[in-house]
Amino acid sequence: MNQDMKNISYILLLLLFSSGNIIAQQTPAKSQNEAITITGATAHIGNGEVIENSIIIFENGKITNIGVNGSTTAKGKVIDASSKHVYPGFIAPNSTLGLVEIGAVRATDDDSEIGGFNPHIRSIVAYNAESKIVESMRPNGVLIAQTTPRGGSISGTSSIVQLDAWNWEDASLKTDDGIHLNWPSPFTRGRWWLGEDPGFKPNKKYTEQVAKINDFINQAKATVQSNSGKKNLPHLAMKKIFDGSQTLFVHVSPEKSILDVLSFTKKHGIQKVVLVHADEAYKVANQLKQHNIPVLLTRTHSTPNYEDDDYDLPYKSAKTLMDAGVLVALENSGQMERANARNLPFQAGTVAAHGLDKEKALQLITGNTAKILGIDDMVGTLEVGKDATLFISIGDALDMRTNQLEKAFIQGRDISLESHQTKLWKRYSNKYSK
Amino acid sequence: MKKLLLSLFVIFMGFTLNAQEYFPKNDGVKTSNSNYTVFTNAIIHTSPETEIKNGTLIIQKGKIKQVGTALTIPKNSVVIDLKEKHIYASFIDPYTNFGIEKPKTKGNSFRRNPQYDASREGYYWNDHIRPETNPLEEFKYDNKKADAFIKEGYGALNTHMADGIIRGTGFLVALNNKGSEGERLLSDASSQLLSFTKSKKSNQGYPTSLMGAMALLRQVYLDASWYANGNTDNRDLSLEALNRNKKLPQIFEAGSRINGFRADKIGDEFNIQYIIVGGGDEYARIDKVKATNATYILPLDFPEAYDVSDPYMSNLVSLGDMRHWNQAPSNPSVLAKNGIRFSLTTHKLKKIADLKTRIEKAIAYGLDKKTVLASLTTIPAEILGKSDVLGSLKKGAYANFLITSQELFSKDNIIYENWVQGHKNIVNDMDTVNINGTYELTIAGKTYDLSISGKSSTPKAEIKLGETKLGSKINYKDDWVSITFTDADTTKTQYTRIVTAINNNPKFWSGKAILSNGVETTFIAKQKPKEGTKKNKKKPEDKKEVPKVLPVTYPNIAYGTSKLPISENLLIKNATVWTNESDGILTETDILVKNGKIAAIGKNLNIGNAKVIDATGKHLTSGIIDEHSHIAAAAINEAGHNSTAEVTIEDVVAPDDINIYRNLAGGVTSIQILHGSANPIGGRSAIIKLKWGESAENLIYNNSPKFIKFALGENVKQSNWGDAERIRFPQTRMGVEQLYVDYFTRAKEYEILKNSGKVYRKDLEMETLVEILNSKRFISCHSYVQSEINMLIKVAEKFNFRINTFTHILEGYKVADKMATHGVGGSTFSDWWAYKYEVNDAIPYNATIMHNQGITVAINSDDGEMSRRLNQEAAKSVKYGGVSEEDAWKFVTLNPAKLLHIDDRVGSIKVGKDADLVLWTDHPLSIYAKAEKTIIEGAIYFDLEKDKAMRKTIAQEKNQLSTMLLKAKNNGLKTQPPKKKEKQQFHCETLETIH
Repeated sequence: MNQDMKNISYILLLLLFSSGNIIAQQTPAKSQNEAITITGATAHIGNGEVIENSIIIFENGKITNIGVNGSTTAKGKVIDASSKHVYPGFIAPNSTLGLVEIGAVRATDDDSEIGGFNPHIRSIVAYNAESKIVESMRPNGVLIAQTTPRGGSISGTSSIVQLDAWNWEDASLKTDDGIHLNWPSPFTRGRWWLGEDPGFKPNKKYTEQVAKINDFINQAKATVQSNSGKKNLPHLAMKKIFDGSQTLFVHVSPEKSILDVLSFTKKHGIQKVVLVHADEAYKVANQLKQHNIPVLLTRTHSTPNYEDDDYDLPYKSAKTLMDAGVLVALENSGQMERANARNLPFQAGTVAAHGLDKEKALQLITGNTAKILGIDDMVGTLEVGKDATLFISIGDALDMRTNQLEKAFIQGRDISLESHQTKLWKRYSNKYSK
Repeated sequence: MKKLLLSLFVIFMGFTLNAQEYFPKNDGVKTSNSNYTVFTNAIIHTSPETEIKNGTLIIQKGKIKQVGTALTIPKNSVVIDLKEKHIYASFIDPYTNFGIEKPKTKGNSFRRNPQYDASREGYYWNDHIRPETNPLEEFKYDNKKADAFIKEGYGALNTHMADGIIRGTGFLVALNNKGSEGERLLSDASSQLLSFTKSKKSNQGYPTSLMGAMALLRQVYLDASWYANGNTDNRDLSLEALNRNKKLPQIFEAGSRINGFRADKIGDEFNIQYIIVGGGDEYARIDKVKATNATYILPLDFPEAYDVSDPYMSNLVSLGDMRHWNQAPSNPSVLAKNGIRFSLTTHKLKKIADLKTRIEKAIAYGLDKKTVLASLTTIPAEILGKSDVLGSLKKGAYANFLITSQELFSKDNIIYENWVQGHKNIVNDMDTVNINGTYELTIAGKTYDLSISGKSSTPKAEIKLGETKLGSKINYKDDWVSITFTDADTTKTQYTRIVTAINNNPKFWSGKAILSNGVETTFIAKQKPKEGTKKNKKKPEDKKEVPKVLPVTYPNIAYGTSKLPISENLLIKNATVWTNESDGILTETDILVKNGKIAAIGKNLNIGNAKVIDATGKHLTSGIIDEHSHIAAAAINEAGHNSTAEVTIEDVVAPDDINIYRNLAGGVTSIQILHGSANPIGGRSAIIKLKWGESAENLIYNNSPKFIKFALGENVKQSNWGDAERIRFPQTRMGVEQLYVDYFTRAKEYEILKNSGKVYRKDLEMETLVEILNSKRFISCHSYVQSEINMLIKVAEKFNFRINTFTHILEGYKVADKMATHGVGGSTFSDWWAYKYEVNDAIPYNATIMHNQGITVAINSDDGEMSRRLNQEAAKSVKYGGVSEEDAWKFVTLNPAKLLHIDDRVGSIKVGKDADLVLWTDHPLSIYAKAEKTIIEGAIYFDLEKDKAMRKTIAQEKNQLSTMLLKAKNNGLKTQPPKKKEKQQFHCETLETIH
């Protein structure tokens, strides 16, 4: 068999076992061309409210009607979703989806640039819309993500994407939404290879490291204010932070650092600030509320940082913040963050298991996230005028047993819920059923 | 050069030297001094137990001739009247590296520059086994250091080369600064030293882990006796030395309580009773310490107070570390009270001079003074087998003794002299007259108040004119005292000086004064009666509080309990019971627990004397079993060889890991702690129950089934270890197969030889592999892609055994039919993938497909976080592929029990099985379920309510300790910055290093 013949046989084989897709990735769905009505479902709005037995109509990618079933007449294609549940698409903020494919294979890693202050580095241009990991998000209801660079003091600029696209331009919901600053820690690890105690101890360079950030901000301000001089790309990239049209995402966890961040942002007059990770935000919830600073809280599926902590501290932290009136949503950065981003709904479910109302827990990955990312005019809740980015699940989507999607739509487009993984599942199930 | 120095020494110090009689002498006539030195009128403490009042000590030529009362004093004696002063034997430190420099780390670390073979020839195959080390060759008597020891009361030190796992011999040296090397050397091979840390003189990788070090020690002992029987053709200088050193005292530097247990366990296996150098934390599990039967050598490096004044920083300090600060000073007294013999050591003290304050502290924390004395004299002498000549004052012993003002370790005691081998060392001049007191000082018509306090040889002075305190400085030396002080008028810099010799009457001085204007005159100072000062003195003594030592818990950290949970008779009423048996899920059912077992299942069971737990609306299941865990272990990977079947995780179970408690809170009751995946043939497992608070031994299953970890793929071929790691075989999946074939072929040959009755070398690695061949030990093999899974099945079939479990097995779904035919189980992740190339085809439907093919499937964690919610991971199989809820639940209970061969004891709710139960607030597969009670063998190890209560007591105790820490800081004690101890979370791929 010559090479071409081999290829053809392979393609034929694939055709046999897969449902028509001959490339690895799913084909993005076509634009919505007729009105779609979902009736009878329990609609979880994403702002804390629920409509039992609802009717949802969307046209040209936007929700045009939502209410109690019977309050309006169905339009176009009708989907009966009685006893089922409809949710707004879940949003995964602070993710590296599309930037890295296989953690251990360096050639596939595009999430971290060299250099300390990189606000001009933009994640969107490296976003791989055809990532196998990205498509595996959708069957669990994760339909939107913030694709975020890593590393350095200022990692770069993130963008927000929807997860069914031909390319990064196509994917972008909001380009260059914010800049990510990694705040230094007041603690540092001992360098055991030099014979030091390997644990954590006070970071003697903390003040110096904070001063460096202040210096960069001051320099950037000076550059932005003047029209003369040479163009300094990193400085100029900070412009939208200073004029309030971009959000500064500060990645910070220890209590003391959080307090330092509050005074830092106040001092520099930075208007839009979001804390990311914020493990110890629960200790300063009142100050955060007072300063109106929202939080993208560290993954709930983690172990407490300290031996003495409550075993359920990461499970209940979001509730503590929400109860104090802080605007909070969940993020999932950390080990194996990309593959595990699809478990975001269960991270929210865990918060509900530990005391938070289920609809409020839902807000942690929908409405609240959209507000924090500044995309709540488009997505995050099931409300008229917003994108029809939503899905139908046969049961409670925050519980893994019942998180079973029947249909999902992004901007009204009926997207595929297949993936590399479902194809393998079918292929091998078929193998054994013979 | 050394010789030259020595001869110079002889020339200048000749008159003090007892030159060896047969040594030629060219610098004068041959002289010898056979006079006696006699100390009379002393209180002689011949041993910690016996004291001679009005005693006489006669010494000659560095040895004690006689000790007693009413002795005849020879004519040729120099007599020293000690006027009621005390004499004690000088101290001995059995564990120092005095005069021997520790080697520095050589070159690059193991990871950057892997070295698999030994660097030496003619010695053992592992560079870290160095019993042949004779540190005398590198010894340099360190006068300065010796002085520091002498000042504290030491007369002899045991010293060694603190390097390597077997470190060679130690030797005993007298602190005789004036003696010759030959004189000072009391024993050239006093002991053999061991530890778990590697030699810095070599970069040889093996062992990279604590368990590797333990396995290596065992193999060395086996090899030594094999060698001793003449079974080898080659010479091995290490083994020869080890056999030589066998009869010496064996001192093991464990460095921590638990490593002490680990060392003792090895000792027991080879009939060696180690003397254990402890870690200072022995008090926290004192029963087990006692059970070692070892004599301990205890360091006194009590932790300094943590500086918790900055609350943001103080978060770093755990309750466990705070407690250790509070409790550590009681360590020696706790050992003493439990009848455990120990010697004290200066090892780990930042400076030798800290000894006194540390001993005072230990005494304040309840240590008896006689025990202190024994621990510094008779016990170290005994440890080193030198009781006849050291540690007590008797005829024939070395004249190593102290002269003190009062009883040793009493507050105002002064060590005057420390005699070593008959040579006097003055620590504090005993002829110095104590001039402390308050005086009326009159100079040129003015009367000042002078008060002198502090050490008698270096006193402090305070001078007042009326109420005005004047700046002053006192100098007191060789009976002359001089004081300089300022004028009352502080605007001028002017001084008055007085000087006089203290003669027969120290209470009345008169002498020369030089006024600030330069005029010379005289002064007088009269000591006032002491009454007033007595009152002042009493006050601080009253203030002295008995230090409060907080009680220990098991384990001695947050969430530990003061009393271990005990097995109770329980009646769990009205639960939804997931039996995992043919009964399926029973509603409104009672479970009776008796003697740690499930006694009855049914409706409306008789209460009897059982404690009733109302489970209405709740679900009861058997405890979760994690087939693949790495929590509760002090080591995970022995990465130094491509096969390490000789190591076992059972050696390194860490019962004080908070993750045990957290896993209980997630409903986990049993786990297999697996070796990591650094090599194709890994180490043996530990299968434990999470009995929080118990010792490592008590966690491990009784008659535990035997398991070993194998691994395939990227990790074993070191794909992601960096470019330097390209020299260890195998580097490909092709090589992995041949490695197995090679090892099993050799194991077969080994077994044949062993069974033939011929002489064979017992090889721990081969012994383990033979167990596998005979289906007495089961393999749990880390695996990902289908090719390698298929390969290992074929290798096993070739050698007529069965692989028990493929763990991870992410492409199991591709070869599920082959797995089913072979009869191997699959223990997988629910949905991990994409973190490396070999998991690119991992799918969350894997468990379902394998299950549908009839394979026994388990879902495991490999992660201390995920293990807390394995119920959720099991539930994902309902989502991905539609496994029934009952079957999905078995993925984390009955099926792992089957895979671990413990399903006769655990894994389901069945009469007669262990009562390892979890009461859930909700449907156990639901995200909303919380474990409310986790029960192991009828004892409640986790309880939501109790947990809540503990949170409160933890906060209270931390607050109490913080107050104590702040107080310590305010009292001027030295502090250390807050620290958080490193507690590494292990995964399969974690490569820890011994450091």
